[in-house]
Amino acid sequence: MITVGGLSVTFRSGRGQFRAVDDVSFEVAAGETFGIVGESGSGKSTILKAIAGLVPSTSAVLEVDGRPAAQRRSKADRRMLQFVFQDPYASLHPRQTVDDILREPLEIHGVAGADEKVQKAIADVGLLPTHRFRYPHQLSGGQRQRVAIARALILSPPILLLDEPTSALDVSVQAEILNLIDRLRRSYSLTSILVSHDLAVVAHLCDRIAIMRQGRLVEIITADALRTGAVTAGYTRELIAASRGFTRAVA
Amino acid sequence: MSEPLLIVDGLEVALPGRTGVTRAVRNASFTLGRERLGIVGESGSGKTTMGRALLGLVPRPGMVTAKTMSYEGTNLLACSERDWQRLRGRRLSMVMQDPKYSLNPVKTVGRQIGETCRLHLHTDRRETDRRVLAMLEAVQIRDPDLVYHLYPHQLSGGMGQRVMIAMMLIAEPDLLIADEPTSALDVTVQNEVLRILDDLVRDRGMGLIFISHNLTVVSSFCDRVLIMYGGRIVDECLARDLQHASHPYTRALVAATPSLDNPRAELATVARDPEWLK
Amino acid sequence: MSDALTAWLQTDAPTSRRQAVMGNAYRALRSILGNPTALAGLIVIALLVLMAIFAPQLSLGKSPLDQDLAGRLGAPSSAHWFGTDELGRDVFARTLYGARVTLTIVILVAVIVVPIGLAVGTIAGYLGGWVDAVLMRITDIFLAFPRLVLALAFAAALGPGIENAVIAISLTAWPPYARLARSETLTVAQSDFIQAAVLQGASTWRILVRHIVPLCLSSVIVRLTLDMAGIILTAAGLGFLGLGAQPPTAEWGAMVSSGRDVILDQWWVATIPGLAILVVSLGFNLLGDGLRDVFDPKSS
Repeated sequence: MITVGGLSVTFRSGRGQFRAVDDVSFEVAAGETFGIVGESGSGKSTILKAIAGLVPSTSAVLEVDGRPAAQRRSKADRRMLQFVFQDPYASLHPRQTVDDILREPLEIHGVAGADEKVQKAIADVGLLPTHRFRYPHQLSGGQRQRVAIARALILSPPILLLDEPTSALDVSVQAEILNLIDRLRRSYSLTSILVSHDLAVVAHLCDRIAIMRQGRLVEIITADALRTGAVTAGYTRELIAASRGFTRAVA
Repeated sequence: MSEPLLIVDGLEVALPGRTGVTRAVRNASFTLGRERLGIVGESGSGKTTMGRALLGLVPRPGMVTAKTMSYEGTNLLACSERDWQRLRGRRLSMVMQDPKYSLNPVKTVGRQIGETCRLHLHTDRRETDRRVLAMLEAVQIRDPDLVYHLYPHQLSGGMGQRVMIAMMLIAEPDLLIADEPTSALDVTVQNEVLRILDDLVRDRGMGLIFISHNLTVVSSFCDRVLIMYGGRIVDECLARDLQHASHPYTRALVAATPSLDNPRAELATVARDPEWLK
Repeated sequence: MSDALTAWLQTDAPTSRRQAVMGNAYRALRSILGNPTALAGLIVIALLVLMAIFAPQLSLGKSPLDQDLAGRLGAPSSAHWFGTDELGRDVFARTLYGARVTLTIVILVAVIVVPIGLAVGTIAGYLGGWVDAVLMRITDIFLAFPRLVLALAFAAALGPGIENAVIAISLTAWPPYARLARSETLTVAQSDFIQAAVLQGASTWRILVRHIVPLCLSSVIVRLTLDMAGIILTAAGLGFLGLGAQPPTAEWGAMVSSGRDVILDQWWVATIPGLAILVVSLGFNLLGDGLRDVFDPKSS
């Protein structure tokens, strides 16, 4: 469904350039949930934005649904692929109600039956009809993230990209949102890429996982391999050990 | 265990706001010896406010009251601002989440740490420098001479936190309150910083209060854990017994945390029981 | 306000977009009315508007244009509450009718300046690159001239009269709004919610009008109200110099000008319209200050 070959993203700033992503290649099959894990500066979010066409990139191959993805996406391209951002407090327009936010994609693409679609989307993500006309500041972080997910799915895209969707949420809220994402990807047979710094989160939802470090791809492993520790790269081992928590020095 | 360092009984923190008074901490009671106590809670649980109350850092019009709140025999409730200034840094100290926001951006690292040292230990310039460099070494900074002259914005996250720890421990307090000290750090750096804390706390026989929302880190680093919800301490147990906790909220938190070792089809969600707020 | 209506407006769970928008407007209104500075300003401006609308009634039928050369420069009396001017016209009536001219100028300038400023600023801020450079240089050119001098030049070139005065003032007043809109746009342009709109396929037009402009509005409104005093003074200045409303229309600036010569002995001719200018400018300043406090998220 998604093919990435030799993807690189370079940011130019005043003094020089910075290679955020360096020659990364991987494939995501239809219906698969692919994870990308890394620490800060690893380039994981940048890869996602490059696939979505939000940042300029160079690549030998960048295909979505078998067709090459151009740097400038058309409106039709946008219906293929949607994005959920990390910060629930920044991804919703502060002056628009939930209804406005959900209607917008439908209006842009001229989809009829907006009313029922909005109601269904709200119910789908576990919100109540009473939330429909609220403004973002009247919603909690978890509720906002649900709206962001509803917005991403309202046009029924086959592909969903999630950039640290639960990093800004409490543990209990995170659990609800992860369960929601799980349920939705199953019902709609979504192909998704989930980016996170949290190994446990990624292992919970994803089939295969790419480990990123400072812009480079370290290795791609399965969630099981992650659990059993059957990995080849030393860095991956370090990550796994670190995510288990702190080990006390023997006194 | 010897005489407890900190005794808190019936701590209440009330924060008046536009819509009325919020009881950020309700009737909190616990003791702390020379051990590591973790305080775990989600946002709004009151854990950060409690940490601040223990250092007299709850700003007006907030009100801190308690039946007892004493540290090494000193009644903290009766402290004036002057008393607090003498206590903070010298006898109890706090490390906060993001060194970007808690270090002075216009002073070099060496000067900031030196300031704390001079203020509390009244050392002269040479002695201060010596101690600062020694402290930077103690927090595993490889090039203390170089880092001494750096400004906070030139430090990486992990180094910034180490500088923060150096600054807070140089005056040799007996109690350190760490409020989400590793939450802004990458997971590999986290463990390095925790190791430094581990070594220092053990070597100096200090008491440590570790406030965090991250159950995994707290349960692996601390000896005992307090669970907070809605301003109240709802559960208390040994860190190693967390998996077998009895309180429903604790169990729910543990079950809701995704873990590499316990794969589950669905994560348990927390069904909030209003009983917990009583 | 009935309890049911208040409850409907303040509900936590609005059931229609209309309810949500009205609820929001209600909350905004309450915070504005709760701010003493804004309230004072609002009252003054309300009085201005009432004066302008009900001038015929408030002047008790006296015309601002009727001359009475025999009774010229008469002191305030029961017949003429604020005295008469150099042509025997009732100063009170002229002041009331002068409010109309002031209000007209102020509204027209606002209606011209805000859309232009928003358009230039948001386009420059969002598109960046050479578009930004060109638009900002144009803005800089207009900003470089002192307002009154440029207004004078335009008025002199276009000829005297209210419409030309409005154009002249607008041409000099729009640049700060463009700057303001641009800086708000720059702050917001990289936000996730704008990126989300781009991802949905929203056109640049849609993003500018539906997403960015609404976020610029509150600072632009504050700026506008604070600017009003300056606009009124510029208009009065133009009137004073004979370039605004032409005689015999009553206009405060022109009234002050014609009363200059007799200001020491017949103070009311120039002072009353001068006071009117002062009070109205002050009113707008107070409203602007109050609105800025209300809209500033950090003040509480």
